[in-house]
Amino acid sequence: MARRYDSRTTIFSPEGRLYQIEYAMEAISHAGTVLGVLAKDGVVLAAEKRVTGKLLDLSSAKEGGGYGGSGEKMFLLNSNVIGGVAGITSDANSLVNYARTVAQQHLLQYNDDIPVELLAQRLCDMKQGYTQFGGLRPFGVSLLYAGYDPHYHFQLYHSDPSGNYSGWKATCIGANNGTAQSLLKQEYKDDLGVEEAIGLVLRVMSKTMDSTTLGSEKLEFAVLTYDQVAKAPKAKIYKPAEIDALLRAEGLAKKDEDTEMK
Amino acid sequence: METSFALTGKGYVIVAADTTAARSIVKMQIDQDKIKELSPHLLMAYSGEPGDTVQFAEYVERNIRLYQIRNLYPLRPAAAASWIRRSLAESLRSRNPYSVNLLLGGYDASSHTPNLYWIDYLGTVVEVPFAAHGYGSYFALSLLDRYHDPEASLEEGLANLKRCIDEVAKRLVVNPGKYKVKVVDKDGIREVEI
Repeated sequence: MARRYDSRTTIFSPEGRLYQIEYAMEAISHAGTVLGVLAKDGVVLAAEKRVTGKLLDLSSAKEGGGYGGSGEKMFLLNSNVIGGVAGITSDANSLVNYARTVAQQHLLQYNDDIPVELLAQRLCDMKQGYTQFGGLRPFGVSLLYAGYDPHYHFQLYHSDPSGNYSGWKATCIGANNGTAQSLLKQEYKDDLGVEEAIGLVLRVMSKTMDSTTLGSEKLEFAVLTYDQVAKAPKAKIYKPAEIDALLRAEGLAKKDEDTEMK
Repeated sequence: METSFALTGKGYVIVAADTTAARSIVKMQIDQDKIKELSPHLLMAYSGEPGDTVQFAEYVERNIRLYQIRNLYPLRPAAAASWIRRSLAESLRSRNPYSVNLLLGGYDASSHTPNLYWIDYLGTVVEVPFAAHGYGSYFALSLLDRYHDPEASLEEGLANLKRCIDEVAKRLVVNPGKYKVKVVDKDGIREVEI
């Protein structure tokens, strides 16, 4: 119903809804899950990749220098913030690029890492613009921001296509986010350490992901901690080999085909 | 003629500036406040070209305040110094540069340390344990070299400041007379009588 009010983002429907934004969120609910958990000494992010397959060339992600990640779900936004994206990949790339530019502009002006909430706000201000001006469709992307700053230490934020954001202790976006969210609600404890948070994230991912077992093919993983020696935040997006090692350590790795046959 | 000093101590920064506003041989005002309070934990003493000084100082004050209103938390002293430095550096290669020297003293609430920056009209910024601008600096800096202690209590710090003020009064041809002295620490900004 009320299809007449769909086509323009910049107008309300008679019931006072913005349909384009709701449709954007619908698009995101079909995208790969991204899960985030805040610990007292770090933030953990995990995501399910949808773009996989034998013919996919990920050699640059496997060996390459770079900052880790295959470039589908997890991105380094600044040395103190990792972003996890869910939704239309091309929209996400555009927003990630914008976030990186904003963070560097802040660094240029203030010679200081951008506070995490400020970065989230900037992105949200931009997303909100697309719901009010220009007649352009909104970004079909939700983001999770895992970051550290000296003011509020470790933080986790979620922003959606409407340009709204909020801070979370644990949250989930993308497919099966309802299931994951209720699992997190049951199992999250306030003073988790980063190691326990990693375990929690991987357990919840294994229960919500579409595939039967976890593996580096389908999983992207990142952790943000604080390096006491360097006195700086440390952002780590795991390489595929490191993800496999982590899964083995947690006892969640895929079992060998051969052994199962026996 | 315009003299300002600043020094750090255990958990505080003292910033002092003379209160004389003079033009040529005439003292126009003897109670001018040349120390702006940029945020609850940031002080900035200014000196230089009359007109430019207040214009720039107010421009900085408004922008720093805007940042903290917009962004919920205030700028830390280091970040504020970088912003100020960039503003001055950009002004330098414009048609009409600001000719203003500053002393920026602040308390960093997240690292719990006092910070002091000496800034000049070219956009030079250095973080220092103590600093001075104006003719008075010729006398103050040597005294502070000798007597400054970064872990000194507030009383000791003020005593050091008094030493500088007395020396300037003794030796500088045009004695500034009165000074305004402000202290910033974890509890914020307050004025003290020296």
